[in-house]
Amino acid sequence: MAKSYETELPLKAFGWAGTDTSGTLSPFNFSRRENGDDDVTLKILFCGVCHSDLHTLKNDWGFTTYPVVPGHEIVGEVTKIGNNVKNFKVGDKVGVGVMVESCQTCENCQQDLENYCPKLVFTYNSPYNGTRTYGGYSDFVVVHQRYVLQFPANLPLDAGAPLLCAGITVYSPMKYYGMTEPGKHLGVAGLGGLGHVAIKFGKAFGLKVTVISTSPNKKSEAIDKLGADSFIVSNDPEQMKAATGTIDYIIDTISADHSVLPLLGLLKLNGKLVTVGLPSKPLELPVFPLVAGRKLIGGSNFGGIKETQEMLDFCGKHNITADIELIKMDQINTAMERLSKADVKYRFVIDVANSFSSL
Amino acid sequence: MATQYEFEHPKKAFGWAARDTSGVLSPFNFSRREPSEKDVALKILYCGICHSDLHKMKNEWGTINYPFVPGHEIVGIVTEVGNKVRKFKVGDKVGVGCLVDSCHSCQNCANNLENYCPTFTLTDGSKYSDGTATYGGYSDSMVSDEHFVFHIPDELPLDAAAPLLCAGITVYSPLRYFGLDKPGLHVGVVGLGGLGHMAVKFAKAFGTKVTVISTSPSKEKEAIKNLGADSFLISRDKDQMKAAMGTLDGIIDTVSADHPLLPLIGLLKSHGKLVMVGAPEKPLELPVFPLLAGRKIIAGSLIGGIKETQEMIDFAAKHKVKPDIEIIPIDYVNTAMERLLKADVKYRFVIDIGNTLKPSS
Repeated sequence: MAKSYETELPLKAFGWAGTDTSGTLSPFNFSRRENGDDDVTLKILFCGVCHSDLHTLKNDWGFTTYPVVPGHEIVGEVTKIGNNVKNFKVGDKVGVGVMVESCQTCENCQQDLENYCPKLVFTYNSPYNGTRTYGGYSDFVVVHQRYVLQFPANLPLDAGAPLLCAGITVYSPMKYYGMTEPGKHLGVAGLGGLGHVAIKFGKAFGLKVTVISTSPNKKSEAIDKLGADSFIVSNDPEQMKAATGTIDYIIDTISADHSVLPLLGLLKLNGKLVTVGLPSKPLELPVFPLVAGRKLIGGSNFGGIKETQEMLDFCGKHNITADIELIKMDQINTAMERLSKADVKYRFVIDVANSFSSL
Repeated sequence: MATQYEFEHPKKAFGWAARDTSGVLSPFNFSRREPSEKDVALKILYCGICHSDLHKMKNEWGTINYPFVPGHEIVGIVTEVGNKVRKFKVGDKVGVGCLVDSCHSCQNCANNLENYCPTFTLTDGSKYSDGTATYGGYSDSMVSDEHFVFHIPDELPLDAAAPLLCAGITVYSPLRYFGLDKPGLHVGVVGLGGLGHMAVKFAKAFGTKVTVISTSPSKEKEAIKNLGADSFLISRDKDQMKAAMGTLDGIIDTVSADHPLLPLIGLLKSHGKLVMVGAPEKPLELPVFPLLAGRKIIAGSLIGGIKETQEMIDFAAKHKVKPDIEIIPIDYVNTAMERLLKADVKYRFVIDIGNTLKPSS
């Protein structure tokens, strides 16, 4: 059985994969395609651990095919380029994010919104050319040049990796829904990988930022370290009441089941609640507050390639990276357990190159 | 028995009121204020019946003090104007809608969005800032600050103009605000009642393609032949709904009964917008995945500001967008309410106040 993963494509590859709903990862020999004319091959240096990786490993969303090699916050060094590749050269530091292919002909692709293409191919766990895509918990990856990002020269590679999913996932809706006017008030619900980057972007846009969280012990970090202006404990009714109608827009990064009504109450009239977390069950939507306040709830799903590059360049300019905990590949299972308890400040990043040095 | 209401204000008035949660309406003598320098007084000729009237008559939202005179789709003729009134004169054809006051100082009021003022005053079943009750348009006369009074253009018949004042603006405002008014867009309308039929008419007047989504197959012929919709989807037909997935730029959802949102979200194209104008009592289920995967939006909207209501009336006059109404005499009103409860009306009852509302002897 394992033999077919190793030989189905020409280039030998090695990574760690989950093989069942326990989500436990273990070493996995597989294979990747040859570098084609439009491809870039990169040796993977670092890969961020996204909560979606954990959901996929455990098949929480019901569409995982095992074995799955997760990882879509990939930073690496170019080792080979195809004949048609003009924008990258060997040795460049580059990133690969959540997608590796799209149809290029639909209306969304034409508008640089590949992330909404109905034929989107994800970096891992997607059907692709008769096999499947395998992600960044591995030694190298071959990607069409269109989906490779230039990594800003001044940013550390390890702390920059989470920008490729967490970063764009909050940057894109902040731009699309107009959450960038200096002086306005942004709420960030949930203080994890996505939430902590949202605070940093919010401050860079000149917004007042309030963190909304169930954990009072995160307050001093949020304010002293991450730069938030204030902090509300969401299950404290008095704090929530005092903040009623004070916030222009909220990025909701929480993927646990939670009530939307109190968040809607925090919004000013015409306010926007944008959800980027993915709860496994539908949320309860109270319609009256939406109607009475012309409020809206919107979704957003990472970002297109052009805006991901724009986001990276913005981070380079403003020196924005994630707060990370660097781990080796063989610590991944412990990291996943800690992630399931939100015990990380605020993203694990796998030091891939130094984990596989024995190869 | 009702004498306190007759002496509350200087001008005698007569209407029909609900006295208790049975919601049954009966004749009611009361009074209105003397017009102040900024007020317009009007003789009411017609008043539309809104489904909200029914909810409020039975105090389903817990906001009502009895006796309650409903009615906020009011059309009439000016009988008196205060000496600082600039926009109206005696004899003008005018309307009064859902609002009779707002704070005039908050940011929403400053932006012509009185309908989102935290302290707005509703035309019926509310209280003025002096604590006195507001009585609505199921009555012979009305006194309102000129800011909240609308001109009714000559091109609009007065009886048909009445439902514009609530049903009309309630769908016109979100079609404009959410950008669903561009020719060539494809707009869905859920529910084919007072609001729904107005949404179809306005959307067609904007040049959009319109699909009606309804639970009642019997409404299809009407929707297409009479109202001008381009197509019709039966929401319980899974195959029809599946075939239409990802085809709509926006949806105006007028249904206030409990209903599933997931199929409606599926009908939207990516970046599409589902706008709720009906207000279901209990929270609905919001599936988050499809919102994210398609960057879709669910929003709400409540009536409209004063400036845009006048704009809507003028638009309706210019483009011949007229509500479909059934005119009734006042003493039919309780029967009309029973029929309204069963959605048995095409598509708005309008009370012929001028000809049939006479004080009881």
